[in-house]
Amino acid sequence: MSVSILRGMSDSIPAGAARPADVAATVRAFLAEAVGDAPEPDEDMFARGTVTSLFALQLIAFVENTFGIEVEPEDLDFANFRTVNAVTAFVGGKRAATSRG
Amino acid sequence: MDTHTDTDTAVVAGAAGFADTVRLDAAAWDRTGVLPATVVTDAGAAGLLARDLPRRYGGADASPAAIGEATARIGAVCSSLRALLTVQGMVSAALGRWGSAEQRERWLPALATGAAVAGFAATEESAGTELAAVATSIEPSGDALRITGRKRWVTFGATADLLLVIGRLDGAPAAVLVEGDRPGLRREPVRGQLGLRAAQVAHLDLDGVRVPRSHLVAPAGFGLSHVAGTALDHGRYTVAWGCVGLARACQRAATAHAVERVQGAVRLADHQLVRATLGRGHVAVTAAEQLCRHAAQVRAVRDPDAVAATVLAKYAASRAATRVSRDAVQVHGAAGCDPDSLVGRFLRDATVMRIIEGSDEVSELHLADHAIRAHRRSGAAAPARPGPVAVPS
Ligand SMILES: Cc1cc2nc3c(=O)[nH]c(=O)nc-3n(C[C@H](O)[C@H](O)[C@H](O)COP(=O)(O)OP(=O)(O)OC[C@H]3O[C@@H](n4cnc5c(N)ncnc54)[C@H](O)[C@@H]3O)c2cc1C
Repeated sequence: MSVSILRGMSDSIPAGAARPADVAATVRAFLAEAVGDAPEPDEDMFARGTVTSLFALQLIAFVENTFGIEVEPEDLDFANFRTVNAVTAFVGGKRAATSRG
Repeated sequence: MDTHTDTDTAVVAGAAGFADTVRLDAAAWDRTGVLPATVVTDAGAAGLLARDLPRRYGGADASPAAIGEATARIGAVCSSLRALLTVQGMVSAALGRWGSAEQRERWLPALATGAAVAGFAATEESAGTELAAVATSIEPSGDALRITGRKRWVTFGATADLLLVIGRLDGAPAAVLVEGDRPGLRREPVRGQLGLRAAQVAHLDLDGVRVPRSHLVAPAGFGLSHVAGTALDHGRYTVAWGCVGLARACQRAATAHAVERVQGAVRLADHQLVRATLGRGHVAVTAAEQLCRHAAQVRAVRDPDAVAATVLAKYAASRAATRVSRDAVQVHGAAGCDPDSLVGRFLRDATVMRIIEGSDEVSELHLADHAIRAHRRSGAAAPARPGPVAVPS
C-alpha cells in the first residue's frame, strides 16, 4: 500500500467526518492486500488462515495512521477487529468520540 | 532546533559517553558471565533504559532514530549490556502500549530508571519459533491467577525484578506480569552459552505462582499477537541497531589492525585480498545502517509497514554483524582468537542475533510474504502483460 496516499487521506478527512462507506472501502483495500483478497463485509478475516503473526499489529497501525485515532488497551476486543464492518464501526465510534472530545 | 532534537542529541551522547566508561570492562563481564548490578544501576542513572517512554513515566520521549543510534553505541561495546536495553525496552513498550493505567503507573517509572529490571519469558521447550504453542497455564483462582510452566532462555531471567510471561488463559494466549520475588518462581542460570554471556540468561520454573488478576496485560486472546507482538517488534528494532554498532566496531578493529600489522615487511592493508575484505565490510555496514535508518523513519510516523521494515532491518543487520565480525577475526589471525578478543566475542554474539527475535529463516518467510504482496499490488495496477512469447517449432 502506498503509505503517503493513506496519510494524505487521513490529513484530508476531518475527525468525525468520514462517511462509513469511505471508511469501509479504505479498510477493504488495506485488507485485500494484507490478507490476500478483500474479505466480505461480515467475513471473519482471522478465520481465513492467511493472516501472518505480524498482521494484528499492522492492522492497528493502519487504523491509527489512516483515520487519526488511537487504539487504546480498552479497545482490545475481537468484536472491534474481526470483520470489515466491525473495523468500520469501531473507527466511526472512535472518530465521533475524538471530534466530541 | 526544537527540544525533540535536543533530547535526541542528549540521548545519543549519553549512550556514547556511557559506552566509553565500560569499554574496558566488557570482556571481563563476558568471561565471568555476570553484568555487575552496579552497571545496571549506572545505566539507569545515565538514562539509558526505556528512553522512548513518555516523559510522564520518566522516559525521554526520544525518536526512533535516536533510540537506534544510542543502542548502536552500546552495541559497539557490549552485547550483553545492549541486551539489557533491548529487554527493558521490549517490556516497557508492551506495557506502555497495552498495560492498564494502573500497570503503567506502577511499573514504567521503575523500568525507566532501572529500579526494576525486566525479563520477557515467552520461549518454552516446545515453543520457540512457533510461539503459538506456549503451554504455560494461567488459571483463575479466586481473585488471583495461578501460573504454572517452564520458560527457557530468558535474558536477564536470573536477575529480573519483573517478568512478562506469555501463557494461556482459558485456552487463549495471554500475557501476565510476575514479580521476581513471587513464591513458586525458580531460576536456573545458563552459563557459558555461545554468546550474550553476561546477559544473565536463565531457565525459569513457575510452579503455581500466584499474582493478582490485575497483573494480566490486555485481555486473554491478545497476549501473543499484541502484547508479545509489540515487545518483539521493539526488540527486533534495538537488536538491529545493536548489530549495526557491533558491525561498525568490528569493521573499525579490522581496518586498524590491517593498517598496523606488518608481515614479511608488508602491511596487511597492502594485500589486495585483505583490502577486498575491508571493502565488503564497508558495504555491509553501510547497507545495514541505511536499512535501520529507514526503519527509524517509518516507525516515527507509525507507518503500518514499520513492522515489516523492522524485520528487514534486523535480518540485514544481524547478517552484516556475523559477516563483518567473521572477517574481522580472519584479518586479526590469532589475535582474533584471543580469549579477550573483541572481534571474537562479537562473532559469538552476532551468531546468537541471527536466531533470536525472529531467526533468519522466519524473517525470510515474512519478507517473502511482503514481496509477494507488493508484486500482487503492482500486478493489479499494471496494464495486462502480453502472454508468453511463442517459440517457433
Ligand atoms: C542467548 C539467548 C537469549 C534468549 N533470550 C530470550 C528471551 O529473553 N526471551 C525468550 O522468550 N526467548 C529468548 N531466547 C530464545 C529464542 O527466542 C529462541 O531460541 C528462538 O525463538 C528460536 O527458537 P528455538 O531455539 O526453539 O529454535 P527452533 O524454533 O527449534 O528453530 C531451530 C531452527 O529451525 C528454523 N525454523 C523453525 N521453524 C521454521 C520454519 N517454519 N521455517 C523455516 N525454518 C524454521 C529456525 O529458523 C532455526 O534456524 C533466547 C535465546 C538465546 C540463545
